[in-house]
Order: sequence, then C-alpha cells, then structure tokens
Amino acid sequence: MSIDVIKPGLASSIQDKGREGYYHLGIPPSGGMDQRSLIAANLLLGNHEGAAVLECALMGPELRFGEARMVAACGAEMTPRVNGEAQPLNEVFEVPAGATLSFDFVKSGARLYLAIEGGIDVPERLGSRSTYALGSLGGMQGRNLQAGDSLALLPAHGQASPGRRLAPSLVPAFSKHYQLRVVPGLYAHRLTSERQAQFYAEDWTVASEADRIGYRMKGGTRLSFIDREPPFGAGDDPSNIVDACYPIGSIQVPSGSEPIILHRDAVSGGGYAMIGTVISADMDTVGQIQPHQKVRFVQVTLEEALAARARYQEVMEQLRQMA
Amino acid sequence: MTTQQIQAPFPGVFYRTPSPDEPVYVEEGQAVQAGDVIGLIEVMKQFVELKAEASGTLVSFSADNESVLEAGDVIGTLEVNE
Repeated sequence: MSIDVIKPGLASSIQDKGREGYYHLGIPPSGGMDQRSLIAANLLLGNHEGAAVLECALMGPELRFGEARMVAACGAEMTPRVNGEAQPLNEVFEVPAGATLSFDFVKSGARLYLAIEGGIDVPERLGSRSTYALGSLGGMQGRNLQAGDSLALLPAHGQASPGRRLAPSLVPAFSKHYQLRVVPGLYAHRLTSERQAQFYAEDWTVASEADRIGYRMKGGTRLSFIDREPPFGAGDDPSNIVDACYPIGSIQVPSGSEPIILHRDAVSGGGYAMIGTVISADMDTVGQIQPHQKVRFVQVTLEEALAARARYQEVMEQLRQMA
Repeated sequence: MTTQQIQAPFPGVFYRTPSPDEPVYVEEGQAVQAGDVIGLIEVMKQFVELKAEASGTLVSFSADNESVLEAGDVIGTLEVNE
C-alpha cells in the first residue's frame, strides 16, 4: 500500500531528523530544516519522533492515498484539503483510502511537514532516510519528489487519534520580518568594527535562491574586508581564507556582497570567511523564512546562545511530554 | 462570460518573458489555450512555468514583469471561453 504523487509541489522531499556524524567527510546532516515542526508532526501521530516525513517548501504536493492513514501537518500555514475539504493544521486527521490530499497557497512560513502514521518507508542511507539532493543520497532515489512517484509506508501502528492537536503555546508564530541571533566569529576580525556593527544594524532581504543548502541575503551595504596579504593557501579575494570547516548556521560573505547562512544541506568547508554563526535555537526559524522576507541579525554572546538552546530544548521536552 | 483571477501558486519573482531579450509569452488581450505558458515564477534556483488553467482571453496583467509576488497574489485576469 502506498501514496501516489500526483503533483510534487515545488521542492518536496523526504526528511527525518538527519544524518549526523558524516559532515567531516563532506556529507551534511540534511533532515528537516525546521526540526521542531517535523518532530511535532510525528509526535502528534504517535510516531517515533524521527520518522520520515514530507518536507514541502513554499507549495504543497497533491497526493492520492492508496489506503486510509492518519496524518498531521505542522509548520508553514498551507491549509490541507481532503478531496477539497479543508482540514486543520497541527492536528491529526484521517485521509480515507482513495482520497486526494492537497494544500492551499502558503499563507505564512515556508515549509510544511506532513507526517503519516507509521512513517514513509525508503531505505536508510548512512542511518537516515533524509534526502540530500546535491549528493543524490537518501530519500526518494536521492532527489525531490516527482509526479508519478509512489511512496511506500511503514505499517500503521494504530496509536494515532483524530482530533489530537498541538497546544497553541507549542505552535510556532511566523512573520515577514525575523530576528536571527548570531554569535560573531571565527573570522569577524577580517571586518573593521564599523563594518561589523553595520552588518547588525541593517535589514537584509532573503534572496529568491534561498534553499536547503543556504539562505542568501541581499540589500544590505557591501561589507569590505580589511586589506591584507593573502596567506599561503588563501585566494586573492579579501573575503577568502585558508580553507576551513563551515559550521551549519555559519554566515559567509563571498566578496563582501551577499551573506549566506548555511543550512542542513551545506558544503562542509571552503575558503570564505565566516563572520558569525546563527545560533542553533534559531535554525528552525531560518527554514521557515520565505524568499523576499526580511531579516535583522542580532549579536549575542555564547552564554546567551547556550541559554537560548536550553530554552529550545525545554520546548522540545514539552512536545515529548504531550506525547 | 466568467472571469478567472490568475494567482501566484507560491512566492517568487514573476517574469512575462522566457528570457530578458525575448518577447512576452502573452500580450494583454491575447487568446490563450488551457496549458499555454503565461509567464515564469522564479524561486529557489528554479524557473516554474505558469500555465493557463482554461482557454480564453488574457484580459490584463496586474503583476509587472520582474515583480516580487507572495503566494496568492493576483497576476492577471483571464476571461474564460464558454
């Protein structure tokens, strides 16, 4: 029994919590960009929190269910419809056998997570079902969904109860203008202190090419790096460094013009100076920002970042308690 | 005579031409068949063709070439053939 993909949406991919432990070999974690919404959808259904779900970016797919299954959709606001009838977000509902599940235009947020009772069954690759499209690894043959695909499901466990929903306090709020907290470093010293201050004082607009690899920002003042003699191994551009590891969340500014926040499908290293790193507690938010929306970077200390992470983990614990 | 609002199915940049130096896909007032390409929407390194859902006359465009759209924004008006 399976689900047929009638329309794939714009960029729908199978994701779970990700493929940890191979980034040093050049294989990024992948997994849902908004982990909290992915986990919430699974927990609502009584799935294992890391079951494979569909991540649907900016436009939902159209799916025909070969058998009846309970589902839950969390994350971006796109009203689900079963045979045209509106269904709630952040709440378990049933898709009957033979029914079509589709989605309205996205109202806010960027990525919806559709969890299906039991979870999607694709082979695990390096311990994860997540799609890493750039490396053709995992998910549906290493790529986004296409029309005509058939999604196999793991057995239903019968634990899902229709009408079960997230407490309003656990539903994330979306906006059109986000603040992202950043710990400066490791190469912030390559900018003058005035340029660093300017980076945090301006609104940046998310470019249309923002995707799972990175979020490119436009519209701020060009950041000029301090002149220097390139060290051995570094490129000639003032934004170049001797190749280094890129943390997920790090912000590089090639040639000083357009900052890029790396996300879960990022390359693991390279030769661009990173002027800071978006804190882990705000990375789910990054995955929910639509292209052309605005971002303001807010400088925080490492202690503040750790405190934010602790608060994030408390919310995750509340989600698990709910289950 | 019924008219249909053509809406952006997802957010992105709207283009009326296949490439900058080519003519527009459809002129205002021109007849279109269901499935004809009306324009492109660019997002996440993809250019997605926007197609007419019915045959008729594309009366007017309300979105400019290269304008930024949110999902659901009205791009144009189609007068559908009976």
